[in-house]
Amino acid sequence: MSLASALATGDVAELPSRRQEDWRWSDLRGLLRTLPAASPPGDAARLGEGAFGALADEQVVFLNGRRVTGEAEIAVKAGAERTIALRFVSQASGTSHHARLALTLAPGARAVLLESYEGQGEAYVADVALDIRLGEGARLERIVLVEEAGDAVAVSTAEVALAPGADFAQTVLTRGAKRQRHETRVHHGGGGARLRLDGVYLLDGPRHGDLTTAVTHEASDGVTRQLTKGAVRGASRAVFQGRIVVREGADRTDARMGHHALILSDRAEVDAKPELEIYADDVACAHGNTVGALDEDALFYARSRGIPEPQARAMLTEAFVGEVVDRIEHGGARHVARAWVAARLRGEP
Amino acid sequence: MLSIKNLHVVVGETEIIKGLSLEVPAGEVHAVMGPNGAGKSTLSYAIAGRPGYGVTEGAVSLDGEDLLALDPSERAAKGVFLSFQYPLEIPGVPGLTFLRTALNAQRKARGEDEIAAPAFLKLAREKAAALKIDFDMLKRPLNVGFSGGEKKRMEIFQMAMLSPRLLILDETDSGLDIDALRIVSEGVNAMRSADRAMLVITHYQRLLDYIRPDRVHVLADGRIAASGGPELALELEREGYDKYAKAAA
Repeated sequence: MSLASALATGDVAELPSRRQEDWRWSDLRGLLRTLPAASPPGDAARLGEGAFGALADEQVVFLNGRRVTGEAEIAVKAGAERTIALRFVSQASGTSHHARLALTLAPGARAVLLESYEGQGEAYVADVALDIRLGEGARLERIVLVEEAGDAVAVSTAEVALAPGADFAQTVLTRGAKRQRHETRVHHGGGGARLRLDGVYLLDGPRHGDLTTAVTHEASDGVTRQLTKGAVRGASRAVFQGRIVVREGADRTDARMGHHALILSDRAEVDAKPELEIYADDVACAHGNTVGALDEDALFYARSRGIPEPQARAMLTEAFVGEVVDRIEHGGARHVARAWVAARLRGEP
Repeated sequence: MLSIKNLHVVVGETEIIKGLSLEVPAGEVHAVMGPNGAGKSTLSYAIAGRPGYGVTEGAVSLDGEDLLALDPSERAAKGVFLSFQYPLEIPGVPGLTFLRTALNAQRKARGEDEIAAPAFLKLAREKAAALKIDFDMLKRPLNVGFSGGEKKRMEIFQMAMLSPRLLILDETDSGLDIDALRIVSEGVNAMRSADRAMLVITHYQRLLDYIRPDRVHVLADGRIAASGGPELALELEREGYDKYAKAAA
């Protein structure tokens, strides 16, 4: 069951529901009584330059689920180095669409994927499925900026397979939607692959944002570094689900997961579920999870120096999630991410 | 300059300051001394406006302007600066960023233009050198991992950068060795001027060898129990606070 299969079949019973453990905090079945009609083509003239602007050498653009620019399948050849903007733009109003794309990196290839979700419509239902494969020794940094419309329902799911020695680094930044989920499933199929899996959520108003990850270490000597931080205000609700499974034989796996959240209002909520399942003996695995409020003493300290309270709160929150943003290696993308965090905390629309 | 009249401050359910009155004219340095638990830090927090320090009665004004009606950041913009006994660590915010944000927020509140980056950096280099602060330290997250002495020097550095009119030093000597004490005191003394007032809150006389007060007040049980010239500090050092504590009880 998935949003994709529900949209394909038109059967609401296919929607993930709270009965499924992985969807209990992001129920779609209870939210969508009927499935909206398919979205019409959008207006390519209104696309704009995208969240990452001119940072990329090339663009692949999906508009209302239809590919309007770029290749049907992105294949980065051995020895190549590409920076690709991948945009999923929704201009629909009350309709639904689905997009699917495969990205393959040949052995030794390098790429930066600047992926953006751009809500230019309203009350749409959008689904994206990505299939990402990294060959031996390939390296991919994926930076994802989720800016869906506040009344949208949006799900994006990526399956990522890592060959031996591959290096995959990901940072997802989201402000949520009516219901929004970004899911990444990574398979350490080869030995000695490296993974960084980071996330930032900044939610406000009635928005819901779900960052779900599932990492499976199936081969030895894999490294996973995961850090997610976020802040919720208003009546918003954040969901973090992080699962790391270390299969039998995946010896010398080194996996660390951290999730830390700030709750900035009485009505906001954070649901977190970190899970480690370890079936191998010689492994180093750890996870940490904290949910709290801003440090009131630090807040008073900043105010006593002349910084007004809203600005002091924004400054401390920005510093809190800044630790994650600073891990983005692509300089231009890091700059965009920082500006996005600052704008979110200023409460810009 | 600073005028405190019949101040009562409640923390939780307990009244800590019980009818305190104090006048610090411009250009003067006043010391407030007292035993532990007398209400010294409560007094400084109440002037700065810390949440949880409820003023139930009385008035605090700076040049005739009611401070109690103002938010802590507004008080700072009016010229109030509290040097904390235990300065806070601000993870993720470099000292320079913090201070430039504070300085520009104060200037904005006063209707002044923001300070440009080159002018700000020049000023920061100057003030840091005077306090023997390594400039690179200012690029690190504020106070994170700093020693007690380094944190106190950062307080004085911030004070020098923000150029307040009312300086409140809360136990600034605690945690300082003799060298650091001298550097910090020189920094404070450099700020003495005819249009500034200073309130030096301390348990020990030692600091007052370096920062010479014009007046000394004894705080006991939430009130000023005695006031006098600098000689009063020496008397307290010799005889202790016992007679005031007993009188208050």
